[in-house]
Amino acid sequence: MLRGLWQYRHFVLSSIRNEMVSRFARSKLGGLWMIINPLSQVIIYALILSNVLAAKLPGIDNQYAYAIYLMAGLLAWTLFSEIVGRCLNLFIEQGNLMKKVSFPRITLPSIVVGSCLLNNIFLFVSMLGIFALLGHQFTVVMFWLIPVTFIVMLLAIGTGLILGVINVFLRDIGQVTPIILQMLFWFTPIVYPVTIIPEAYQHWLNLNPVYPLTNAYQQVLVYGNSPQWESLINITVITLLLLGLSLFLFRRASAEMADVL
Amino acid sequence: MSLLSVNNVGKAFRSYNPEWKRFANWFGLSVKSTEERWILRHISFEIHAGEAIGIIGQNGAGKSTLLKMIAGTLKPTEGQIQINGRIAAILELGMGFNPELTGRQNVFHAAGLMGFTSKQIQQAMPDIEAFAEIGEYFDEPVRIYSSGMGTRVGFAVATAFRPDIFIVDEALAVGDALFQAKCYERINLFKKQGTTLILVTHSMGDIVKHCNRVLYLREGQLKADGCPRDISNIYMDDLFSSHKKKLVNQSVVETANDVSDVMGGIEDNFNTRPGYRKEEHRWGDGGARILDFLVRAENQDYPTVIMSNSKTEFYFKVVFDKGCDDITAGILLKTHDGVFLYGTNSFLISEGKQVISVEEGDIITFKFVFKMSLNAGHYLMSFGISEGPQELLVPLERRYDSVLITIDRAQNFWGMVDFEAEFGLTESKINVQ
Repeated sequence: MLRGLWQYRHFVLSSIRNEMVSRFARSKLGGLWMIINPLSQVIIYALILSNVLAAKLPGIDNQYAYAIYLMAGLLAWTLFSEIVGRCLNLFIEQGNLMKKVSFPRITLPSIVVGSCLLNNIFLFVSMLGIFALLGHQFTVVMFWLIPVTFIVMLLAIGTGLILGVINVFLRDIGQVTPIILQMLFWFTPIVYPVTIIPEAYQHWLNLNPVYPLTNAYQQVLVYGNSPQWESLINITVITLLLLGLSLFLFRRASAEMADVL
Repeated sequence: MSLLSVNNVGKAFRSYNPEWKRFANWFGLSVKSTEERWILRHISFEIHAGEAIGIIGQNGAGKSTLLKMIAGTLKPTEGQIQINGRIAAILELGMGFNPELTGRQNVFHAAGLMGFTSKQIQQAMPDIEAFAEIGEYFDEPVRIYSSGMGTRVGFAVATAFRPDIFIVDEALAVGDALFQAKCYERINLFKKQGTTLILVTHSMGDIVKHCNRVLYLREGQLKADGCPRDISNIYMDDLFSSHKKKLVNQSVVETANDVSDVMGGIEDNFNTRPGYRKEEHRWGDGGARILDFLVRAENQDYPTVIMSNSKTEFYFKVVFDKGCDDITAGILLKTHDGVFLYGTNSFLISEGKQVISVEEGDIITFKFVFKMSLNAGHYLMSFGISEGPQELLVPLERRYDSVLITIDRAQNFWGMVDFEAEFGLTESKINVQ
């Protein structure tokens, strides 16, 4: 599977580029939309929620603290949900291609992940620009984001591939997953700080696989702390297990997928 | 060593209810599927370098499934397929094209999908551009292409690199004739260079022209494997007699039976005869019914294939439900796409001298004889019976496009009608020097 991917590396790279090109082919602002979209989301949340919540964000005295906090969490969440969301329908959308052309199927999720990652990097860079505008400090701690982003990506691939494969056979998955993603978003402290959850319920958050990751982003970007790596170890193990399971499923199912598509 | 060996291959589509049983299978539990539909079974054949194979069969016979398994997009449920060489398959032209990208970018993408490196693609690009012949459109987005242009680019990229096995699935049925000719030219070039061609088409003519071996699939089984002319006869027989097998056996026997023996009785046998098309258009004011027909050529009744230029007899039997003073029987031959080739009737042929009158209950068999001066292909025959004076003909019954005629010939010519041209040199060759 990996050798096929290596042979097709040019194809994967050019497909990622093509995707970018075609997405903005006929819009005047082109690639800018990639940044405008998430930023407008941040602005909406910030405008509506900052007055309610700003006072409750402890440990930071920048008046834009809430906006920064929000962006940090959204950065992690966007990557996760975008990969999961696109892997979910990937095989169904590419069904005809899979039936008519013989090529390593693993290239399909690779293209998705590559382009999502690229989107995320653009988003990150533009956020850094805004941080600078808001007078936020950059620290060396930010290099922590590289491994953390990597874990987010792998977790998303694992989840997305499993759901995507099952969705080919059981289309209900495609309907229910966006709902669950939406719920997960609100059960993760992204638009609100963890402190507004009563102490008694906070341990429930440990069941949320995305929480340690968004939390790490927030620690790094907002507070300039290294993430609590103990909590990251757990999620890394879970991620690797999920990834292994997803690749196993993908391998087993890829012959049958073309049959039912 | 053979290029491609297919060994006892079968393909079943399994469905599970509930679906989790399928998932259990992946984890090593052997759970029985709820339903198992075998599309193909016990298919074995070998293909050697330089052969040109045609695959025929009715819709649903499993042709596409077999092709997909050879091309590698479907996995056989049982048996093995062994391939020694590179396969290129055109199961659909312009697969994976992105409408927003230019032709050039799409070529790059599609060739990448076939597994070529960017260096190889760059080298082949001028050749692809030249073959597609779409000029500056090559650097315009595919979304503004006509469908023909997309086809051209699709074929150009699919054939940019000579494969060892080249699979074509009816993809060439699109595009203008000129480009089709060009495609076949390239396929022939590949053949000369040693590429094995596997062609799936409904056009018997294409098979005879391009293949030296035919595989005939029927209901998921490999029914015959042999030279095109033999197999095409078996295929045609099957095709036009799937509803009544007994009659075929009668008709294949070469006979010069009395017409009344073949078309005896007063039952409506029209739709049981070989060559009958159930898509016919039957209409008229009533008063007469066309009950039966017979096509006879070269002493054969209901021939599956009529050789071009052979004298062919058409009979059709009519029962009259009312008496008429002046009736006219007519025929009309059309091409498969509806162009009128030849139509005439009893009045015209007899120059108005033949007046036929009938009484209620009469059964009359009309006969038309003419030479099939046509090119190879499929043609549609219509029969009609009318009443009244020529300027005010009232159609009693018409059975338009009710019979399919298949014509074949050894030597090709261009066009539809055989004028049987002769050729000679009028003067001896003069050399002005």
